[in-house]
Order: sequence, then structure tokens, then C-alpha cells
Amino acid sequence: MKTVLRKCLQAAALLIVLVSAGPLWAVEPDEMLSDPVLEARARTLSEGLRCMVCQNESIDESHAPLAHDIRVLVRERLKAGDSDQQVVDFLVARYGEFVLLKPRLSWHTAALWGLPPAVLLFGIAMLIVVARRRNAAPGSGEPATLTSAEEARVAELLRSEGAP
Amino acid sequence: MIPELGHYALMLALGLALIQGTMPIVGARTNDPVLMSIAVPTALAHFAFVAIAFGALTVSYVTSDFSVLNVFQNSNSAMPLIYRFSSVWGNHEGSMMLWVSILALFGALVAAFGTNLPAALKAYALGVQAWIAAAFHLFILITSNPFLRIADAPPEGQDLNPILQDPGLAFHPPMLYLGYVGFSIVFSFAIGALLEGRIDAAWARWVRPWVLGAWMCLTLGIAGGSYWAYYELGWGGFWFWDPVENASLMPWLAGTALLHSAVVMEKRGALKVWTILLAILTFSLSLIGTFLVRSGVLTSVHAFATDPTRGIFILAILVLFIGGALALYAWRAPLLKQGGLFAPISREGALVFNNLFLTSACATVFVGTLYPLALESLTGDKISVGPPFFNSTFGPLFIPLILVMPFGPLLGWKRGDLLGAAQRLLGAAVLAVVGVAAAYALERGGPVLAPFGVGVALFVMAGAVTDIAERTMVLRIPFVAAIRRAVGLPRSAWGTAFAHFGIGMTLLGIVGATAWGSERIIEIKPGGNVELAHYRLTFDGLFNRPGPNYSDVVGRFTVRRNGEPVGTMEPTRRTFPARNEATTEAALMTRGASQLYLSLGDPQPDGSVALRLYYKPFVLMIWLGAGVMFFGGGLSLSDRRLRVGAPRPARARAAMAAAAAQPAE
Repeated sequence: MKTVLRKCLQAAALLIVLVSAGPLWAVEPDEMLSDPVLEARARTLSEGLRCMVCQNESIDESHAPLAHDIRVLVRERLKAGDSDQQVVDFLVARYGEFVLLKPRLSWHTAALWGLPPAVLLFGIAMLIVVARRRNAAPGSGEPATLTSAEEARVAELLRSEGAP
Repeated sequence: MIPELGHYALMLALGLALIQGTMPIVGARTNDPVLMSIAVPTALAHFAFVAIAFGALTVSYVTSDFSVLNVFQNSNSAMPLIYRFSSVWGNHEGSMMLWVSILALFGALVAAFGTNLPAALKAYALGVQAWIAAAFHLFILITSNPFLRIADAPPEGQDLNPILQDPGLAFHPPMLYLGYVGFSIVFSFAIGALLEGRIDAAWARWVRPWVLGAWMCLTLGIAGGSYWAYYELGWGGFWFWDPVENASLMPWLAGTALLHSAVVMEKRGALKVWTILLAILTFSLSLIGTFLVRSGVLTSVHAFATDPTRGIFILAILVLFIGGALALYAWRAPLLKQGGLFAPISREGALVFNNLFLTSACATVFVGTLYPLALESLTGDKISVGPPFFNSTFGPLFIPLILVMPFGPLLGWKRGDLLGAAQRLLGAAVLAVVGVAAAYALERGGPVLAPFGVGVALFVMAGAVTDIAERTMVLRIPFVAAIRRAVGLPRSAWGTAFAHFGIGMTLLGIVGATAWGSERIIEIKPGGNVELAHYRLTFDGLFNRPGPNYSDVVGRFTVRRNGEPVGTMEPTRRTFPARNEATTEAALMTRGASQLYLSLGDPQPDGSVALRLYYKPFVLMIWLGAGVMFFGGGLSLSDRRLRVGAPRPARARAAMAAAAAQPAE
């Protein structure tokens, strides 16, 4: 798996050398497909695919030649009639999971996907535990509600204080 | 001579930091007022020497002294003065100098203005601040010395990275550092309180102005960086979930949580233990951010492995301070007494909700940023965690937070009336629903959820207005009386309303620009036209324009709206010969809160040029919202109640003294 990845990267590096004569820019006019529906799909897909030689950039935003190549590749696959899923699978098979900006849920990303909800649930659980412990302690708990007799007394006091 | 002076001043600053970090703490432990009082003059002197070192580096840059290696590598005599000045921190060594300068500045501010702080707490806090300073002085002197000389001074410098030659560099890093280094003082107060073993509501009152000030600067710093990226990178993105951005977002999220929990601690004496932990975590996240950005670990784990000196050093600082602080916390926190009780539905409850979701959101950003690094160094597997991950995890945590936000200020302390608050927010909710309906009716296309985003934003903004309307009773009592009430409202109440309103504005901008923005990417020849969202642009042609240390190829476009000319736009390709690099200078045309955004590709031999044109509805709201948040923070900071222990506006005092002395004027 690793050697495959390395070979791909080497091939990519070679491609960079070959194509780097052109203008360096994110999605270029000559790359775009004439069919607006396919082009829109290509753009959406591109936003989720990483330019592997860049720092955290999608191929849609990157100026790198490698990003250009993958953009063209994505469009070629779409023109050939691939579904979005097939295009992504093709790229993952070729470049490894590194190409996905949204990692798939698997055993080695379980902690990544699991942690945000886990932190929230842990926080809620802690709040409940703390509240329970406090309520269990004598002489504490929620501020007690007034009895009807006390309510009446308050109303009476307010009436006598009122009318300034 | 001047660089050596700076180098020497930095070493003296280290010495002073060591004194400031030991004597006052010994004094506080032995209850010796003389030793404790050493903290103030050493903190001031420490700042003075750091300022001399920083000044020496600045002079070297401004006078283009290329015998200094750092200046040679990052400056050029042809650069305009503002960039020669701001390139001081446009590199690793210089930005660390800015870091310690701001650290020393905060220490000096506490020393100078914290006159009514308890002596022991002040001694401890300044002592801890000095430990941090000493660690970073050592880091600079050992691994990142900006004052190194070259034996044969080259005649010209290598120029600053072209992307950094922008007014953004003068503004963004200092603001950002004022923010996240500013949290150091809160950290020092927290450690001081733990060492002293006494924390009460007064602690929160002393600390809150510092939290607020740091939060304000961080807010503006992040927004400034976002706007800079927006116009500089050439395709109109404003947030990339880049690890470097996340490094500043994490302290912001934790700092925002801290700001709110400190309110509970101050007013009700509750959440003490949690607030102290947040104070530690917020600055720890600042340190982690510094590590991420400064160690090179982000470029790749391998780049870090090939030259690990700097990275290991910061990692050691990180482990020492975060580990030490958390250990101290684990040891001391159980001794703290819990304060006031409250029902789940109450102002406190709403603030706890805020803290729960902000902390979870912060944890999400944390794990998303560090997971790929951790996974690669542990197993060698490479994965990418990018915007789609953050959008699908951060969003669901932030939306409930924003929806609950308007309720918080309307709930009473201890036990709130949820139904009453809901009734008072009915108007805001109706407005939000109308907004959703209008968004559906007016716009075709765009994500299905986008109108709900507009609804949430309107609800928050209207909720903030409702809060003020309720407090002033504007619709229930005569207008003049309501105005009188409005003037009499505590400034912090206005601050809350403004800051919450700003969040709504930012959300509206994000939804507008991402959901309903439109774009055209085409090749165009002189005389050609391009249309987008009611606008029609005519390409008049390309021309060259020389600059001080670059040359521009400028495209001129005439913009018409419904046939009427509304102006010209001049997107530019800027080439810097010193580094043989080019940047895209996008042209922006502001129409209300929306912008037309135009950037230029490389001109082709046949005279045509590739063009990216965007229409970004409401995009300016993103940064205006941050400005409103900053303003709200400022109002809150000027609240009389909070001035205890915070810098008093010296000018106001002087003015009052002058007025008292000369009543005739």
C-alpha cells in the first residue's frame, strides 16, 4: 500500500514537471466542462478532494499543477459516465485516503468522528452527576418554590409597599 | 551596534524575568511585603528591556541593515516603509519577538494599573507571567536569535514573501497576538490563585477585564486575517479550516466560554473550579497554537523531524506549562468551595449551556486539527481533515448554541422564566420566520438549509434588540423615559446586546456569501463582456504599472448595473523580481454589504486573460459583525463595575483633575 502511494506520488511529481509550463491557477476556464450539470458536480466533488502537494487546500482552490491534473481527471471520469461515488473510489484507489478532505469512518478515524459527540455527551453527563450530587447533599438543591401561604404574604407586602 | 544592543537587552530581560519569577513568589509564600513588592518594578523594567530589544530589531529593519541575517532574509531596501516596518514580524524570529514583547507588555500593564489587587495575588500572577517570559526568551536566544550577523553584509536583502507585502501584515499579527498572548495574564492569575489557594468572586472581577480585552483583540485579529485571506488568495474564500486558522480559533472559542463563565463566577460565585480550568485551557490552547505554527509540524511531520530543535523546545515549554498547570489544578481545585446554587432554567443555566457547546466545538476543532498529525506519527497512515469534516461537526454544535443565545440575557439569575423569555422573543421568532419565508421566495438555488441560516441569524439579531427593548421598556413607557432608562443601563448590558447582534451579522454574512454567491470563470479578450447577477463588466484592456519593488499588470473593467455605469475595477497580477514570485491582487467593488470580486489569471500571448468573477451577497457582514462584537466588548470593558483592577483610562482621570483645577474653563 505504501509503495503504491509512493509510486503515485512519484508519478505525480513527474507530471508536475511536465505540465508546470502553463499558467498556475485554480479552476481554469479551459478545464471546465461545457455541460453545466456535470461541471457543477465536478466542482462539488473538487471541494472535497485534497491537493496532495499543498498545505490543506482542496483541488478546487489550489494553484498547483497536481491539482489541475486531478481536476481534469475528475472531469474525464464524469464525462465517461462515472457516478460521484465511483469518481471518489477511483481517486482513493489511486492516491489513498489522503485525498479525501472528509475522512471516511473506519477504525482509524473512529476517534476523530467519535470525539465531538463524546465530549458533548460527557459534558452533559458531568452536569447531571454534579447536579445529582448536590441535590443529594442535605440543605441544598434547587431553590425551593414558595408555598401558597408565602405567595399570599409576598403579595400582601407588595401591596402595602406599593402606591408610591 | 544596534543589533548587539538588542541582543544584550534581550539577555538582560531574561535575567529580569528570572528575578521577577522567583523573588515575589518567595515573598508571597513567606508573606514578606518587601519581596512581593519587587514584582512591580521588575515587571516594568522587564518590559522596558524587551521593548529595547524589539526596538533594536525594528531599527535594523527600517534602516535596511542587511548585515543582520534576519533582515537580509526578509527585507529589501526598495520596500515601502510600512512593509519594512511590519516585516519585523513577518518571519519566525521576529514574530517570536513580537510574542514576548506582548507578553511583557501585559505583565507591565498589570504591574502599572493593578494597584488595587491583593499584594499576594499580584506577586504570584506577575511571577507566573515571568516564568512564561523566561521560557520564551530562552527559546529565542537559543534557537531563534534574530540578531545574528553576516560577516560580509550583502548589498541587498532577499525581500519579504510577496503574499505578506500587504497592509494586513501590519494589522493582523499584532492584533492576534494581543489576543492570544493576552490570555497569558488570565492564566497567570489562575495559577496565582491556585498557588494562593483562595479564589472568590472578586478574582473573577479582577480577571474579567483582561479576558474581555484579549477576547476583543483576538476577535478583531481573526476577522482581519480572514478578510486578508479573502482578498489576497484570489478566489474569495474567507475561512479555510486551515490548521493555522484553527490555532487561533481554539483560544477564541475557549476564551468566549471563559468570558461567560467568569460572569457566573463574578455575579453568583458559582462555576469557580470550571472557570479556573477554562483560564488554564485557554492559554494552553494559545501555546499549542504557537507550537503548531512555529515548530514547522504543520508543513509536514517530516519537516519537523529533520530539524526538530525549535519544535522540541516549544513542545518542552508546552508540556512544562500545560502539564504543570493541570497538575497544580488537580491538586488544588478540590480545595475550592463551590458557590451559589441555581436551577437548570436560569441565567446561570444558559451560560452553562453556552460553555458546554463552546467547549465541545473547541474540542472538535482540536481533534480535527491534531488528529492527522497524531495518526501519522503513531501509525504512518496519512489522512486529511478538511473543511467538509469541520462543516459537518462544528456546525451542528454551533447552531444550538446560537439558537439559545437570545434566551440567556432574558432569563433571571438563579431561576428563570423560560415561558416568559419565549413570549418576549415571540417578535424575534416571527421576524425570523418571515425572513426564512422571504429567503425561500426570493432566491432560487442554493442549499435547502440556507434560508434557515438566515432565520437563525435574524432571530439572534432581533433577540439582541429585544433584550435592550425589554430592559428599557421602550414600548411600554413614554419614549423619553425609555431613553433615560437606556442611558442608565449598565454598559455591560449594551455590550452583551452588541456582541450577540454581531454574531448574528457574521452568520448572515457567512450564509449569504456561501449559499447565494455566484461566480463566472472564463477567458476574456479586450472588448469582451461578462455578466453576473445584474452586473455587466466590459474588459477595456491590460496595461503595465510600475511599483516600488514590483511591477503590475493591470486589467481594467468597466462595471455596469442595468446599463448604468457604476465604476471600474482593476484586478492586478503583481510580480516581485527580487524573489521572482507573483501575487494576485483582486479588485473588490462594494455594493451595500455585498461585493463584486474580480481576479485575474496570467495574460495569454493572444491577448486574452483568464478571469474569475464572483458576486458575494452580504459578505461584508462577516467582518462587520466581528467589528460589532469588538465594539460590544469595548462597551462592556468601559462598564464602571469592571474597572476595578483594570487599567483606568488615564486621560479621563487627567481631564477630570484638570477640570477640577480650572473650573473657569
